Amino acid sequence: MVGEQIELKDYLRETNLIHARLIALGVVLGLLSLALVARIWYLQISQHDRFDVLSKDNRVRLVPEPPVRGQIFDRNGEVLAENINVFTLEIRPSEVDDMDTLLDQVARIIEVSPSEIRKFKGLVRARPDFEAQVLKVNLSEAEVARFSVNQHRLPGAAVQARLQRNYPYSGELVHVLGYVGRINQRDLQSIDQQAYQGTDYIGKLGIEAQYEDVLLGQVGFQQVETNAHGQRIRTLDRNPPISGDDLYLNIDAKLQVKARQYLGDRRGSVIAIEPKTGDVLAFVSNPIYDPNKFVNGIDHRSYNALRDDIDRPLLNRGLSGRYAPGSTIKGLVSLTALENGWSEYKTIACPGYYQLKGSSHRYRCWKRSGHGSMSLADSIIKSCDVYYYQMANTLGIDKLHQFLSEFGLGKRTGIDLQNEPSGLMPSRDWKRARRGVAWYPGDTLNTGIGQGFMLVTPLQLGVMTATLANRGKRVEPRLVNRMVHKSTDDKGRSHKEVLDVDGQELGQVAANNTNFDTIINAMQAVVSNPRGTAHYSAGRNMEYTMAGKTGTAQVVAIAQGAKYDESKLTEFQKDHALFVAFAPIEAPEIAVAVIVENGGSGSGAAAPVARKVMDYYLLGKDADQAEPEASSENEVAVAQPSVP
Amino acid sequence: MFRFKIDWPLFVGLIMLSAASMLVLWSAGGESTRLLISQGVRLGVAVVVMLALAQIRPDSLFRWTPYFYAVALVLLVLVLIVGDTGKGAQRWLDLGVIRFQPSEAMKLAVPMMVAWVLTRKTLPPSWQNLSLAIAVLVVPAILILKQPDLGTTILILMSGALIIFLAGFAWKHIGILAILGAVAAPIAYQFLHPYQQRRIQTLFDPWSDPLGAGYHTIQSMIAIGSGGAQGKGWTEGSQSQLEFIPERHTDFIFSVFAEENGFIGVVMLLLLYIVLTGRGLYIAYYTKDTFSRLLAGSLAMTFFFYVFVNIGMVSGMLPVVGVPLPLISFGGTSMVTLMAGFGILMSIHHHRSLMSH
Repeated sequence: MVGEQIELKDYLRETNLIHARLIALGVVLGLLSLALVARIWYLQISQHDRFDVLSKDNRVRLVPEPPVRGQIFDRNGEVLAENINVFTLEIRPSEVDDMDTLLDQVARIIEVSPSEIRKFKGLVRARPDFEAQVLKVNLSEAEVARFSVNQHRLPGAAVQARLQRNYPYSGELVHVLGYVGRINQRDLQSIDQQAYQGTDYIGKLGIEAQYEDVLLGQVGFQQVETNAHGQRIRTLDRNPPISGDDLYLNIDAKLQVKARQYLGDRRGSVIAIEPKTGDVLAFVSNPIYDPNKFVNGIDHRSYNALRDDIDRPLLNRGLSGRYAPGSTIKGLVSLTALENGWSEYKTIACPGYYQLKGSSHRYRCWKRSGHGSMSLADSIIKSCDVYYYQMANTLGIDKLHQFLSEFGLGKRTGIDLQNEPSGLMPSRDWKRARRGVAWYPGDTLNTGIGQGFMLVTPLQLGVMTATLANRGKRVEPRLVNRMVHKSTDDKGRSHKEVLDVDGQELGQVAANNTNFDTIINAMQAVVSNPRGTAHYSAGRNMEYTMAGKTGTAQVVAIAQGAKYDESKLTEFQKDHALFVAFAPIEAPEIAVAVIVENGGSGSGAAAPVARKVMDYYLLGKDADQAEPEASSENEVAVAQPSVP
Repeated sequence: MFRFKIDWPLFVGLIMLSAASMLVLWSAGGESTRLLISQGVRLGVAVVVMLALAQIRPDSLFRWTPYFYAVALVLLVLVLIVGDTGKGAQRWLDLGVIRFQPSEAMKLAVPMMVAWVLTRKTLPPSWQNLSLAIAVLVVPAILILKQPDLGTTILILMSGALIIFLAGFAWKHIGILAILGAVAAPIAYQFLHPYQQRRIQTLFDPWSDPLGAGYHTIQSMIAIGSGGAQGKGWTEGSQSQLEFIPERHTDFIFSVFAEENGFIGVVMLLLLYIVLTGRGLYIAYYTKDTFSRLLAGSLAMTFFFYVFVNIGMVSGMLPVVGVPLPLISFGGTSMVTLMAGFGILMSIHHHRSLMSH
């Protein structure tokens, strides 16, 4: 009994004890539950916004979709610059553990040159990690196949089909179009990197550079959902890219090709402009080079070969080549004189030389024996230098400078190409500022025959000729005719929006119309008159009227730094041949300026080229069927060092 | 006459949990039927084990306890010698037919054995008896820690400690132990595996190493936090579906649940757990037999302790120690063990007034 009582007492004590402890556990249960609820409340309610953003950041990525670069066409819709599909090998650095090992492995499958690796590494350094960089372009199908088989062993590397710029005319238009190239580190500093996301190329030169903004288009974005491994799961939203505008040039590609063909293998330039509009119909600079080689970066050896080529193919002669205009400006000098009271009937006797008062120095006419009695028209037709020595001396440099400047000499034409030089129209101020010496009367004489300090570009000559054809109405030359903007509306229909590109209005040169007639008639005679300097070479069997002026410019100096061999040296000392012309006179459709470097004489080398270009453009006649070269009396604009 | 014994409140609660588990697994497992069937089979086995145990009288359990404990201990030693290695830890014993984790058996054997030791004498326990109980508790705990399996070790220590607590371990001594623990913790830290140390370090500042050790915790917190009040909807959790969450169908399944069901869903889930635990404590309270009281109280509270540690770790409140969310996480052995525990609770409840030994 006692034992039982003790046991019972113990049992009750145990019961109370355990019950108390169980209640304590109940309290603990409540507290732990509260702790959990509080924690989850903190995460899900009070910090929800923050975690919501984090979770979206986690999964949503913006992937740029590069736009398709605008194409370039000529005035007839011929494709001059297009985008073609190529395969490239790309590596995304963020997905690569050991870049050197990967490059080793890739090199075993696909041939990769050290320069490609260098270029790749430069890009990897410059761009963010997650952006794929191109290691090699233009993979062959065999290489693509080999890569695909081995892809699983090469994480981070991928073959992409990409659009690449292609110039189907190769180098024919390189001095007009320029080319695109890979965006390099220097480009990166000057561009809006946002706009170039996913885009690898940028216009480096020519139209491609000048119209980069419109050609590029607008980058689009895809909002994609990714998993923890960065793999794309699905596209959430898409803001499609807008293709770059297509450009339609004023250039007539056929004329361009023919014009260069007419030049042959001679260095030089042919500029053809529609006078009324300033549309540039042909813009030839010879020699040329293949822009396609520059698209993905030209190798050093090929580039050095181009750079050091004695014929300097990289030089855009039409835009940047600077030449003494020679006799081609005699028409303008005459016009200056007429405007300043010179009579067109005034005759001057040409004994073959001209002497300034009080000086024994003889300024020679190109015709040593002299032309005899010359009227103004005669002086243009026969290009008599003495007549212009006298005329220039009478006018003085100030009037010459003012009037020739009005025709755009010494000023940029404003063509839609970058880095146009202004040429040089000398003046007293210029000489004092740049040479530190006063202007001498002899300088004026040289200027009168387009020699001395005066420098023009072929483009300036072309524009000058167009202005003459327009009887003083100046135009700003334009290579691009119109931009075509393609867009797609909400319903998926595509629209085309055309934006015409016009040169700036430049106004009228103040000159008397009859004076223009006088000059133009004389210039017509240069071609049509059997005594004209260009008649035999370019003026026979004409089916339209043409006004022209020959010119022969002394080579001032040999370019420095260039390497010449003995046989070339003599060739490079020959005079440059020039010819400017427009036709038909009644309603000019084309103005042409031709420069043939070291061509000898304007009438012999340059005038036939202009005639053929006009025949082709106006009549559709391809005259380049190896006609017997017409020889004519050569004119040589002699400009000896002028000693006062 | 045989009467089928079952505790309906527990049973209904467990079925609801299991149903929830199926739904979350469907979403977390990438909508895989295979995974669902596998979980269904395990659930079936676990329910059978539970119902079987519910039919066994607690006094039978009491009698078998020392043998059960001894066998589990031997297996635990065996696992250290010949066990399979999974994920860098030796936990599995290949018995030919099934692979088996002896540490899971210990989750039941330890509280049973500690209760067995303590109830042989009157309560509160004497120092000798207490020492024996602690020995019975600590030996398997050390063996499991050696595997190493910190999560199970903690749970087993917890289950034994709960028995000792229920048996009347003096509050004064609990206070002393708490102080000692606070002092010993930094020392014990030195003996942890480097990966465990890292987990503890990143617990305090997961953002210090967001792509390394803190990654899992951060992604899990983002998942839970981004769920908000309403959740992103079933199978719509971006964090979960896009593989940002590690072990999302096992230890981190709560993150998936919380992301997709939001705070409202979490509270409902917690309520279910609290009801089940409360029912266990209720059973412990109203049973007459001391062994049953201790065991029932420990089983119920250990169950909730699972919940607390799991949610605590995936929400960045506790270190990541590898404790599943009971009956929701995918995984066989732990589910069987847990259901077996509920089977014992059912049995205890049914025999609440009939026990004597």
